[in-house]
Amino acid sequence: MTITTLKPETTAQVTDAVRWALSAGEPLEILGIGSRRGLGRPVRAGHALDLSGLSGVIAYEPEELVLTALAGTPMDSIRVLLADRGQHLAFEPPEGGTLGGLVASGLAGPRRISAGSARDHTLGIAGVSGRAEAYKGGGKVVKNVTGYDVPKLMAGSFGTLTALTEITVKVLPAPEDTATLLLFGLDDAAAVAMLDRALRSPYEVSGAAHLPAGTAARSGVADVAGAGGAVTLVRLEGFGPSVAARVTMLREELRADAVLGRDESLALWREVRDGAGLGEGAGGDTHLWKLSVPPSTGPATVETIRRTLDVEVFYDWGGGLVWLTAPPDSAATIRAALSAGGHATLVQAPEAVRAATDVFQPLPDPLMALSRRVKESFDPKGILNPGRMYAGL
Amino acid sequence: MKMPVPDSGIIARRREIVEALRAIVPGEGVIVDENELRAYECDGLTAFRQLPMVAVLPSTVEQVSQVLKACKAMGVKVVPRGAGTSLSGGALPLADGVLLGMGKFKRILDIDYANRCVTVQPGVTNLGISNAVAHEGFYYAPDPSSQIACTIGGNIAENSGGVHCLKYGLTTNNVLGLEMVLIDGTIIRLGGKHLDAGGYDLMGIITGSEGLLGVVTEVTVRILKKPATARAVLLGFPSSEQGGDCVAAIIAAGIIPGGMEMMDRPAIHAAEAFVHAGYPLDVEALLIVELDGPAAEVDHLIDRVEAIARDKGACYARVSKSEEERLAFWAGRKAAFPAVGRISPDYYCMDGTIPRKALPLVLQRMQEMSDRCGLRVANVFHAGDGNLHPLILYDANKPGELEAAEEFGNDILRLCVEVGGVLTGEHGVGVEKRDLMTDQFDEADLQQQQRLKCAFDPDGLLNPGKVFPTLHRCAELGRLHVHQGELRFPEIPRF
Repeated sequence: MTITTLKPETTAQVTDAVRWALSAGEPLEILGIGSRRGLGRPVRAGHALDLSGLSGVIAYEPEELVLTALAGTPMDSIRVLLADRGQHLAFEPPEGGTLGGLVASGLAGPRRISAGSARDHTLGIAGVSGRAEAYKGGGKVVKNVTGYDVPKLMAGSFGTLTALTEITVKVLPAPEDTATLLLFGLDDAAAVAMLDRALRSPYEVSGAAHLPAGTAARSGVADVAGAGGAVTLVRLEGFGPSVAARVTMLREELRADAVLGRDESLALWREVRDGAGLGEGAGGDTHLWKLSVPPSTGPATVETIRRTLDVEVFYDWGGGLVWLTAPPDSAATIRAALSAGGHATLVQAPEAVRAATDVFQPLPDPLMALSRRVKESFDPKGILNPGRMYAGL
Repeated sequence: MKMPVPDSGIIARRREIVEALRAIVPGEGVIVDENELRAYECDGLTAFRQLPMVAVLPSTVEQVSQVLKACKAMGVKVVPRGAGTSLSGGALPLADGVLLGMGKFKRILDIDYANRCVTVQPGVTNLGISNAVAHEGFYYAPDPSSQIACTIGGNIAENSGGVHCLKYGLTTNNVLGLEMVLIDGTIIRLGGKHLDAGGYDLMGIITGSEGLLGVVTEVTVRILKKPATARAVLLGFPSSEQGGDCVAAIIAAGIIPGGMEMMDRPAIHAAEAFVHAGYPLDVEALLIVELDGPAAEVDHLIDRVEAIARDKGACYARVSKSEEERLAFWAGRKAAFPAVGRISPDYYCMDGTIPRKALPLVLQRMQEMSDRCGLRVANVFHAGDGNLHPLILYDANKPGELEAAEEFGNDILRLCVEVGGVLTGEHGVGVEKRDLMTDQFDEADLQQQQRLKCAFDPDGLLNPGKVFPTLHRCAELGRLHVHQGELRFPEIPRF
């Protein structure tokens, strides 16, 4: 339903666009290159504010561990730039999109368990609030407690608070080497118990996932697809000699069945990061969900859901992240199973479904009221991405 | 330093306010006696002192909720306090305010190894968490130097760091869940034992909010397995520039040490004279680089760090051969503050962060300032993350020296901002750096932060006079200055 797309090329133009929208009472859909448009609720806005014209790295200093770029900078170009200097964004975000889109959607991959999420690596921001005021928050150094940590609030706010124009992120050395221990044939509960053991070891595990038989069979990595059953994965990363030593010790401790070397390991964890093929069939009749739960409760949560629904799952984050495909209209059943705490997000479903479902876990009333006040403090007239996270916000 | 003018109307109602608090927190939980109130007159920033109107020490969440609700109803200001170890005056009381002490919240509520987290009340000390899980080989990573005394509630308020935070993160990177009470008495819970609290990252805003947004009543933190090995290497350089280059080269080589500390000549000499750590005295800069992790990794990296240091002109290198020796390396650094305290009647500790590459320039300019004002300065530096702790030496008994030290400190912090850094890396803004906020932030930046404050505390009753140099009414901050139809469609490329 977008009528016009505004594509500013400077922060001043972003401010003008928001000022116009504010004065005209016209909400804006905030976009990078639109790669994550399917995440969250559809925005009802007559106009789009396309920030992909604000593109380019402003400063990258590997020794300072910081990178500052305009929000519309494509992530693929940042990834290449960092890789050239042996660095990366440690939280293992999915590929594609823009830096602004990545921060706004607050994503993280398997290394979330050891390296944190987008919020942990967002050091500074500049942007335009829904009051059409350009402002900045945070800083451009890795350690800073001056004033409120506004950059964290921006991470995962889906453009509902501020149209981001510039972002400073923490960058870190990419691991020199990677290996993955594989354990075959464990059921979900035994697998998560094994992942717990790995995570309790002093070997600095940076990935802990479990692929039940169906998911494992779809893998492009031969040792996983050919295992003929469930495969449990434990990743070790770092300097060569360190990885080698830890692989030996942890393999022994866990009685692992096999070890993947660097290339296969990288390929496998890319699959895990991107949903291990679980979302590929998702669309009309199956919807893809992500559940964040206390890690030890992952399998029991799934068991509860399975009593009523036919679902396919796999586990990441040591059991704390459950990827799950479910039939339509499963939101209530899935959320009712989260008795131990946590939240469920509908990450892939047709637009009409996302418009009619609580895509993000509904908040308790006092928290929703506070969230509403926070939204209003940035965007009192609801100009920026209205409804993207919650209906009426 | 000007605090908000005390409201004589509130002070006149003291008796009524005390009675209202006594109705909520019985017995000794409400303190009015001047001698007893003395215990709360300052925090770690002892240059500023103020007796609170009354202190209240609740022991249940329900009491905290009722106290805040009552204060809001009466229009009374509230200053939350943990152990009072803030170095920036975050817990400085108000003459017309209630001091809300959280010292009775001392229980460890849940230790959950299967989910690698611990839930505690906010009055539990930072070290208390690590001690509670030490027998299983776990610890809580952020380790501010006050960790014996400081509480986790205060750590949340200040987003505390420590010498290991380059590798393991600040408080904010290690908190999983919070329970907190808003000024209207509402109890909210954020996060839990799972990762990523749903909705807006309010936990991210509350952590480091210096007691301006709410009162934390329960905290869930993640715990980590202790590294299998830790070894340290002591490196001396003929110039601080070479020391700084070495730090940059270590990081550029992909190495993130568990700790990487730098000291300048005055700090080295003071520390050595105090604890006899065996530091070389003929160097301009001393680095302690600690590598931790699996033994194979530590051995590998120690060699690499030594090679890098030689390449960068190190004139002294010593690798710890035992746990005893490693601790001795640290003993000097950890005693740096009291060591400086021995060579000067008083010292003032600053806390700016700079891009590391600016270190030589900052040290040189700091020396010039020191020469100008006649006060000596010793530097200890969390070199890995650019967090500088200049210690300004002065004598409070000499007229004008305290003021000169404060002015020197302010100039150092302005310099940090000028070179692209920030006012505070870990100590917080509090009252100490409040009036410098305009050096780092524009009016629009500060107003947006204050609007966020209004979302939590519309009457501005929680810890006023801290962080923000100018107090605005929320109604005034919320006013929109854009009017219907004032603008035509903007001249922006469109499709």
